[in-house]
Amino acid sequence: MIDEGLKNELAKQGVVATSLQELYNWGRSNSVWPLSFGLACCAIEMIAASMSRWDISRFGSEVFRPSPRQADLMIVAGTVTKKMAPQVVRLYNQMPEPKYVIAMGACAISGGPFKQGYNVLKGIDRLLPVDIHIPGCPPRPEALLHALIALQEKIAGEKLTGPNRPRHLRADAPSEFPVPEFGPHDLVPPKNDALWKPIPFVRAG
Amino acid sequence: MNRPTPESFVVRPRVDHEGTELEGDMLEVSMGPQHPSTHGVFRMDVVLDGETVVKLKPVFGYLHRNHEKIAEGTSYLGSMPYTDRLDYFCSLTNNWAYALAVERLAGLQVPERAEYIRVITAELTRLQNHVGLCGFLLQDMGALGTPLMWAFRQREKVLDLFESLTGARMMCNYMRFGGCRCDLPAGWLEQARTVVADFPAFLREFETLLSGNEILMARTQGVGRLSPELAVAGSVTGPMLRASGVDYDVRKVDRYGIYDRFEFRVPLGDHGDVYDRYMIRVLEMHESLAILRQALKGIPGGPVIDPKAKLRGFRPKPGESYGRIEGPKGELGFYLVSDGGPNPYRYRIRPPSFINLTLLEDMCLGRSIADAVIILGSVDIVLGEVDR
Repeated sequence: MIDEGLKNELAKQGVVATSLQELYNWGRSNSVWPLSFGLACCAIEMIAASMSRWDISRFGSEVFRPSPRQADLMIVAGTVTKKMAPQVVRLYNQMPEPKYVIAMGACAISGGPFKQGYNVLKGIDRLLPVDIHIPGCPPRPEALLHALIALQEKIAGEKLTGPNRPRHLRADAPSEFPVPEFGPHDLVPPKNDALWKPIPFVRAG
Repeated sequence: MNRPTPESFVVRPRVDHEGTELEGDMLEVSMGPQHPSTHGVFRMDVVLDGETVVKLKPVFGYLHRNHEKIAEGTSYLGSMPYTDRLDYFCSLTNNWAYALAVERLAGLQVPERAEYIRVITAELTRLQNHVGLCGFLLQDMGALGTPLMWAFRQREKVLDLFESLTGARMMCNYMRFGGCRCDLPAGWLEQARTVVADFPAFLREFETLLSGNEILMARTQGVGRLSPELAVAGSVTGPMLRASGVDYDVRKVDRYGIYDRFEFRVPLGDHGDVYDRYMIRVLEMHESLAILRQALKGIPGGPVIDPKAKLRGFRPKPGESYGRIEGPKGELGFYLVSDGGPNPYRYRIRPPSFINLTLLEDMCLGRSIADAVIILGSVDIVLGEVDR
């Protein structure tokens, strides 16, 4: 690794010293293309974030791709119902690696106000690995921008080698997840047990 | 990863959603639920002969969030935030329709100032809904970005008003049974007057560039015609019905609230095509502005909620009621049955965009698949309301 002081000194002289990892992550983190995929109310705030007032293109993410084959980021914006959940997982599977998921809003995190509904999935992290959660019902466009910045920081900090390298650089890690079926009573299986490991709640005493 | 082998490609007989075998060049395309032009999670099973739509079957339920069932287990007031999420563009008109139904059930009176606030917020909602719709409709026609960005710039100004009044941009949760939650903040009326005064300039600009636009006219005129007879038979309401030339506006028919005090016209279309539906929305925005100007001038002082209205422990006497208003998408009604308990025995919504959508196949048959997209756009659906 190059010394920080020397790097700054060189930069003053017009010489940029960087590593391949930094360059690679810098490029990737500043051109995250989201999938244009709206589920419910939060999608309107997602659209608002891409419009003139909030202008998501300042962060390099204005290219909303309708095709999952061209997208890097899935913003799960809204309530995932049990009828829709298989399609959401299928869309995620169709996205190429490296791919990220933002769960936008209370419904995508936990089912939100509709959690008691018989047709509502109680959080998309039962089926997909979520990188960033945004609370709110719906979250403001600023919150989505904050989540995007947090995701960019996460991408910029990824190590390309070593044991902590991200999923898309590990051959053993799955990049596709089983698509549940819309069964007569619930999704079959209702959750991905390999993925969803909630911390058990232990009652005191 | 499983690699496809030649054996994995099976030539199946091509059948449509009813199981009938498709002949010749016929092809069934499933548009949605993830499709940029379906306005949410809506699916159309379209049978195409070349590019022409031969059969169309709408498939709903991808956003069925059990609103009605949840409301039957919640207190009357507890359902108010859920109505926001019904048609998430127009939370304030949803609130009003629900509040109206409960007020009829419980026999509550609304103070005059609250009635004025309701009219002002409802017409502002209509403005931001219609302006958003025009942007989305043009996006569906292929004008990617610019008209929608322009529409949303104006919509944000209305949302700012909602935010300073209710604390939320979209999910306002503002109306209460017998009035409104809180009074207008200081300076709100001036802010609203500025927005209303600036709006015609935006509309003029929008109309100059779009309403007479040759491409827009070529794409929309004569497309998706709906005859007045069929529209009435299908119980279509709202701008869609008026675009077919039927003079029916719940604001004029029911005169709910204080709509009898304002002078406004009901624009009607001649042809019932997509262009008329677009123009009706533009003209309705002008009429909404006229109502807003009168309401902002005449708003009186006083309380904003009936002091007798109980928020907690609210139990209306047994009975049933139906409250309906002219929402931006059509007649929005709430039907409630009370058994005297703290929560409604039956809670039913008449969603305008769901019922307007039932005639989609009649409008699309014989048109090309690209026209089906803009016909769907001109119906103005919001899936939160269609699927509930």
